[in-house]
Amino acid sequence: MPDTMTFTKKELRVVGTRPVRPDGVPKVTGLARFGADYSLPGMLWGRILRSPHAHARIRSIDTSKAQALRGVKAVMTSADLPEQKFEYVGPERVAVNFWHMTRSVMAREKVLFEGHPVAAVAATSKTIAEEALGLIEVDYEVLPHVIDVEDAMKPDAPLLFEDMITRGIEPAPDRPSNISKRIELKIGDVEAGFAAADEIVESSFKTAPVHQGYIEPQACLARFDTDGQAELWASSQGHFVIRALSARLLGMDIGNLRVYPAEIGGGFGGKNVPYVEPVALVLARKSGHPVKIVLSREEVFKGCGPAAGSIMTVKIGIKKDGRIVAAAGVFKFQAGAVPGSPVMNACMCAFSPYDIPNVRSVGYDVVSNRPKTAAYRAPGSPISAYAVESVIDMAAARISMDPLQFRLKNVAKPGTPTVWGPKHAHEGFAETIRALMQHPAYTTPLNKNQGRGVAAGYWFNNGGESSAAVHINEDGTVLVATGSSDLSGTRASLAMMAAETLGVEFDKVRPTVADTASIGYGHLSAGSRTTFATGIAVVEACKKVIGNLCARAAMIWDVNAEDVVWDGGCARYTGKKSGEFEPLSLKAIAVKKSVTGGPIVAEVSVNAGGVAPGFAAELCDVEVDPETGAVKVLRFVTAQDVGRAIHPSYVEGQLQGGAAQGIGWALNEEYIYDEAGRLTNAGFLDYRVPVASDLPRIETVLVEVPNPNHPFGVKGVGEANIVPSLAAVANAVSRAIGQRMTELPMSPPKILKAMNGGR
Amino acid sequence: MRYEAPRTLEAALALLSSANGQARVLAGGTDLLIGMRAGHVAPELLVDVKGITEMTSILAENGGFRLGAAVTCMDLVEHEAFAKAWPGVIDAVKLIGSIQVKGRATVGGNLCNASPAADSVPAMIAADASVSIAGPNGKREERIENFTTGPGKTALAKGEIVTSFLLPRRLPHSGDAYLRFTPRTEMDIAVVGAGVNLALDDGGVCRQARVSLGAVAERALLVPEAAAALIGSKVDAAALERLAAAASAACRPIDDKRGTREFRIKIAGVMARRAAEIALARARETS
Repeated sequence: MPDTMTFTKKELRVVGTRPVRPDGVPKVTGLARFGADYSLPGMLWGRILRSPHAHARIRSIDTSKAQALRGVKAVMTSADLPEQKFEYVGPERVAVNFWHMTRSVMAREKVLFEGHPVAAVAATSKTIAEEALGLIEVDYEVLPHVIDVEDAMKPDAPLLFEDMITRGIEPAPDRPSNISKRIELKIGDVEAGFAAADEIVESSFKTAPVHQGYIEPQACLARFDTDGQAELWASSQGHFVIRALSARLLGMDIGNLRVYPAEIGGGFGGKNVPYVEPVALVLARKSGHPVKIVLSREEVFKGCGPAAGSIMTVKIGIKKDGRIVAAAGVFKFQAGAVPGSPVMNACMCAFSPYDIPNVRSVGYDVVSNRPKTAAYRAPGSPISAYAVESVIDMAAARISMDPLQFRLKNVAKPGTPTVWGPKHAHEGFAETIRALMQHPAYTTPLNKNQGRGVAAGYWFNNGGESSAAVHINEDGTVLVATGSSDLSGTRASLAMMAAETLGVEFDKVRPTVADTASIGYGHLSAGSRTTFATGIAVVEACKKVIGNLCARAAMIWDVNAEDVVWDGGCARYTGKKSGEFEPLSLKAIAVKKSVTGGPIVAEVSVNAGGVAPGFAAELCDVEVDPETGAVKVLRFVTAQDVGRAIHPSYVEGQLQGGAAQGIGWALNEEYIYDEAGRLTNAGFLDYRVPVASDLPRIETVLVEVPNPNHPFGVKGVGEANIVPSLAAVANAVSRAIGQRMTELPMSPPKILKAMNGGR
Repeated sequence: MRYEAPRTLEAALALLSSANGQARVLAGGTDLLIGMRAGHVAPELLVDVKGITEMTSILAENGGFRLGAAVTCMDLVEHEAFAKAWPGVIDAVKLIGSIQVKGRATVGGNLCNASPAADSVPAMIAADASVSIAGPNGKREERIENFTTGPGKTALAKGEIVTSFLLPRRLPHSGDAYLRFTPRTEMDIAVVGAGVNLALDDGGVCRQARVSLGAVAERALLVPEAAAALIGSKVDAAALERLAAAASAACRPIDDKRGTREFRIKIAGVMARRAAEIALARARETS
């Protein structure tokens, strides 16, 4: 590990302050360009025809009438995309199968959910494109469908894939099913652990699929040259990944596709994979015109993946003193129409906050006739945490122990084994629980019909591939370019780390997100990795630049470069030579760049390791209206180990956002299907994310236990905050009404029914 | 599609009766434009009535108020005398969408859209409003509780439009209130709505009452049985319980994505009772 990646505690000038974000003004004035804001001369409008059926075989598609409509320049179907090999590639946790992915982008043999794309057109106006969709004739053989995970697992369930044999079972089953995969992770001897327990607590839970709810629908603009080179403007969580996946789906060379990052109006994991980009590219190639596609909100809900729903059973065994001695969980996840729910994450994260000697997590990845699920903020972990933290709460109550004390007693520490093998290596969990215990909210008295819930949660966080370039301009200003899409204020955090390292003012640093032809590879802005991993690349690049600046100062002074150090934004001579060696500022050196060696630039690419996980603990106070079952969230406190907050306001914003999304997930958000398997609430009116007046001011506690493997101690902050939220709300509601709620969302009819004894 | 913005009622009626295809009246457009964008309606003619003075005015009439059908929700909220006289109607219009939407949306549009869950309709029914209608065969009046006939269906004949509403003179010691149940605090559609309007005598006994429920049937309901539970009482706990029971008994809701049948029936009584309590407090405050 290079020394630049080691945390050293020192006084900081910029890190920890709260400057205005560099992308702030264009965003509040409406001038920032999002996916839908790009246009080109001669541009066509692309529209996608979607399946009206939850499950049907496509007998034929006749596009001739649409093709003949005046103004229509191209029509595409899956026949315009090359077939892909059936194989799972990449690490198991995030494995991809391009055979499935191409079918997600455009249906082939069958449509697998209502809203599944079956064809697309490009026309000179949106109206003509819409009219053309109505002229495409699709002959469907409607098939029985299955929506819920329990039904999909039944032996007589309609099969989405007639040849799908469950992976992960030895010997392999001889009959196909909708169960794509079974996984099992375990440590210790679970049966012996339960046998030694004084108390055993077990319960089953159900959660609904929920959407990420990003404000910006998917949107892109594509153009294709006759020599096979293409350009794409797209809003995504990673333009390098969109480039790779789109090129693969079209069967083109990555080098022939240049992707420009648009501003992104929210992603939360939902914009890690392409939906519209391959379609726009094919239509551009076929028509010879630039093609723009902007999805409607209804299309986003119906076609672009929600997070998985689940059915879970969790059991823990405890000793009378509150030690957890055994834990077991079964997690059945809806993958949607294509395998690939985050059930493995769920199994891995479920019991990770705790030091439990005997653990078994079993997961099932189950397909059904719903849109393919997509990642959503700590994908998988909030779902299993909801079940586990509910059971933990029940266990603490069983032995009349304070629920945070119970968690603290069992909390994982460095050296505690994880269920997937490696030992925990970082501090911070206990500190976070203690911080919440010390918060005044924890001891505030409650009134009638009110309840307080607490919960904790774990998330891996991520490192990985990032690139950064630092350019020193001739007037001493600094350009920082990275390949990392800015979802959450990372331009600010990266510029702040650059300003800190170089010793210049924050407003002298201009950060930018560069396109795929202008900077080295950057992986997705996902897994809470950008400030951590891209931050390391930025700091490394700054250090290289500093070496260059010091060498130039040495040249100006005619001294040995080893005798020059960078301190306080200046090159300083530390040698023994006599004479005048006034410190040289970055600007003073930059001005002389042409006579000291030319452009001052460094580009660094890293594959950052040394990731520290995220850990959060939360408190929620609610009041339940005993006559209506309505829940009012009175107070919400979220404490998270953030390592080191580079820009505390934006870190606090992440914590608040995670809690807000978790509260919505817990209380009202769900996909509601009719009997034909059609989604009935594909809009923000009836898909109820919380509005501002539904939420209290979410109080944040930034716990700073630095990551020793990052120059500023950064731990990823974007995701751990949503992990406990569902359970914190559920535990609060359960305490307020005096009975355990085991199904999300806890909508008023369900709560009222529970309060009325199931009637 | 043709768009016309006549300055007089007569011109508007002439346009509507001369239309070949589907003609629609455009007031705030907060339902119509969404329906057009979603492809549910594709009118050949849009007649924008916002330029017609009598349809956008709030006037005193016989001690009561005449509201133009194209008066926006924000116009009402900001009209001090109206807001003081009819706080229950204000409760209702304040719940319609965001401030921006309320700046466009109109009470006439809310009625003519004929959603069973319209917020202003139960409040206007409780207020005993009458509806003034103009059409090719002249002008007529309709009781507001008879105006909506089912989801998306109204008593309007072809070529007719709603021009205004008349709210009667306020009695002494009277008050109204509207409450709805929604899972969210705002930006939502009523799962159940309840409007209550009552008047007390000098001894605090309820002499008149009207109770209306929204989102519990194919249209907003006037519930005389619920009103009868209040009349002659001091609106005490027992009377309120009878009101709640009568309100629940009047419901004939459906199960849908917004609520179950059983939930709506239970909640209707609760909302009616709570609305009556607010109306009572307001009646006691007024001289």
